[in-house]
Amino acid sequence: MTPDLDQTPLLSVEALNKSFGRHVACHDISFDLWPGEVLGIVGESGSGKSTLLNAIAGRLPVDSGKILYRAASNSIVDLASASDAQRRHLMRTEWGFVQQHARDGLRMGFSAGANIGERLMALGDKHYGKLRDTALDWLRAVEIAPERIDDLPRTFSGGMQQRLQIARNLVTRPRIVLMDEPTGGLDVSVQARLLDLIRRLVQEHHVACIVVTHDLGVARLLAHRLMVMRHGQVVEAGLTDQLLDDPQHAYTQLLVSSVLSV
Amino acid sequence: MNQAYETSATLAGYNFAFLDEQTKRMLRRAILKAVAIPGYQVPFGSREMPLPYGWGTGGMQVTAAVIGAKDVLKVIDQGADDTTNAVSIRHFFVRMTNVATTEKTREATLIQTRHRVPETPLSEGQILVYQVPIPEPLRWLEPRETETRKMHALSEYGVMHVKLYEDIAQHGHISTAYDYPVLVNGRYLMRCSPIPKFDTPKLHMNAALQLFGAGREKRIYAVPPYTEVKPLDFEDHPFEVERWPEDCALCGAQDSFLDEVILDDRGGRMFVCSDTDYCGERRAAGHTGRMSAPYKEEAAE
Ligand SMILES: Nc1ncnc2c1ncn2[C@@H]1O[C@H](COP(=O)(O)OP(=O)(O)O)[C@@H](O)[C@H]1O
Ligand SMILES: [Mg+2]
Ligand SMILES: [Zn+2]
Repeated sequence: MTPDLDQTPLLSVEALNKSFGRHVACHDISFDLWPGEVLGIVGESGSGKSTLLNAIAGRLPVDSGKILYRAASNSIVDLASASDAQRRHLMRTEWGFVQQHARDGLRMGFSAGANIGERLMALGDKHYGKLRDTALDWLRAVEIAPERIDDLPRTFSGGMQQRLQIARNLVTRPRIVLMDEPTGGLDVSVQARLLDLIRRLVQEHHVACIVVTHDLGVARLLAHRLMVMRHGQVVEAGLTDQLLDDPQHAYTQLLVSSVLSV
Repeated sequence: MNQAYETSATLAGYNFAFLDEQTKRMLRRAILKAVAIPGYQVPFGSREMPLPYGWGTGGMQVTAAVIGAKDVLKVIDQGADDTTNAVSIRHFFVRMTNVATTEKTREATLIQTRHRVPETPLSEGQILVYQVPIPEPLRWLEPRETETRKMHALSEYGVMHVKLYEDIAQHGHISTAYDYPVLVNGRYLMRCSPIPKFDTPKLHMNAALQLFGAGREKRIYAVPPYTEVKPLDFEDHPFEVERWPEDCALCGAQDSFLDEVILDDRGGRMFVCSDTDYCGERRAAGHTGRMSAPYKEEAAE
């Protein structure tokens, strides 16, 4: 870690707007993400969380705003206006994206090893033996038995599929990983194990994360800081514990109280 | 080309080579573009041909666009000149152009092929037209045309190795045996059409002009003479061609693609050249194989 670099954000989103027709999904959203930081985006279903995540990742074109990313090369790239070639390259190398549904984030017809090796091959790695060794290391790192390397993801449990998706993203040592409801649809015990793993990996690899979730429990466990979204706007932001223990905005208070009453 | 001569010699009521001149010009423009950008798939307005898709209509349109009255045409399917597909296409062009035909690779100026590249090396001035069922090498990976175009534009080809990786993981070696993916001129990823991988190295630095036509998908692409064509592989699993346990039983060839022929129901078999012209030429030159003597005796009975 270089301290002076950590004084500047890794990502600065400035006044991002995104509408679907007349429906405003993200309105004037600005925030910074710092190296190694985990930012949680919470809010009820339909509040614009996934839209924001997809817009940041360049999967959806934005209407206006800047997405300023400080690349490993130390140059600042506005992903909102970068060329396809540059954006796609960054997404495959310095960024990762973990989907809620593993089937959207994995190649279901290819073995676990191929899934982990894909990004490396996309970068030009052409040594089968080394690709395999790397895949074995990453399977261990995400607590999947190495002998499953040639098995198809569909023979894996939901939790294993998510862990495989994480391995497949982390293999290029990204600096930012975006996760959309990474524990959604999993059993509570499976969720807990996955959250532990994410926390450990994020720390070990010093990855900055943006985690979208409607589950405040997940947010509390993972995120250093939270942004609360409602109707496409950020209504409140702050350190996770402060925000959850002492919510200021009426909507956040409602969210917190409803989760407590469940 | 002499228009009057061409039309007078062919079937009344049809233009030379079946297609009208405007269509042929459109096809030639696509072909010229394809030659200028080796391996790049050029869209064209595919026309109805009097054969269904899957019978080589893409190849036929390319052939129709480049054929001239003085051409000598050879048509092969799986290496043979006498299969139904080859016979129909040759017959069609004879009726529509009245050109001379041949089974000899050396004598042909224009060869349309399905599934094989002739064993006899091609020379400058010859044109080899491939019939292509699926032109897009990234189709398995990405069904969206807009996305595959972008991947080609950005040379995002690394992911092709995922497929080869999987081959090795599941079979211990790269098991892709046909339509082997290649990089053309260091730039475009290309499908070779379903030729055996044995034939893939023949595309590399070939003296002939190689044209590829896909009728249903309306794409033409090309490998101009003396162009680099490199099969994808891994450093520790290099590209290799098929080998056979025996030589050609008829001509003894060790360097040709062999078909297995079952002789009886007791496991008797032999291997013979898939390229019938090549095998015949070698036998005519006096080469013999394991089974050639008994065959001559039978023929003499
Ligand atoms: N592709 C789309 N086209 C039209 N409307 C969309 C599209 N994607 C999302 N929306 C709408 O935008 C709003 C925000 O959706 P989304 O970002 O998925 O919310 P969240 O992830 O917070 O549940 C919703 O009202 C949703 O219906
Ligand atoms: Mg969502
Ligand atoms: Zn032979």
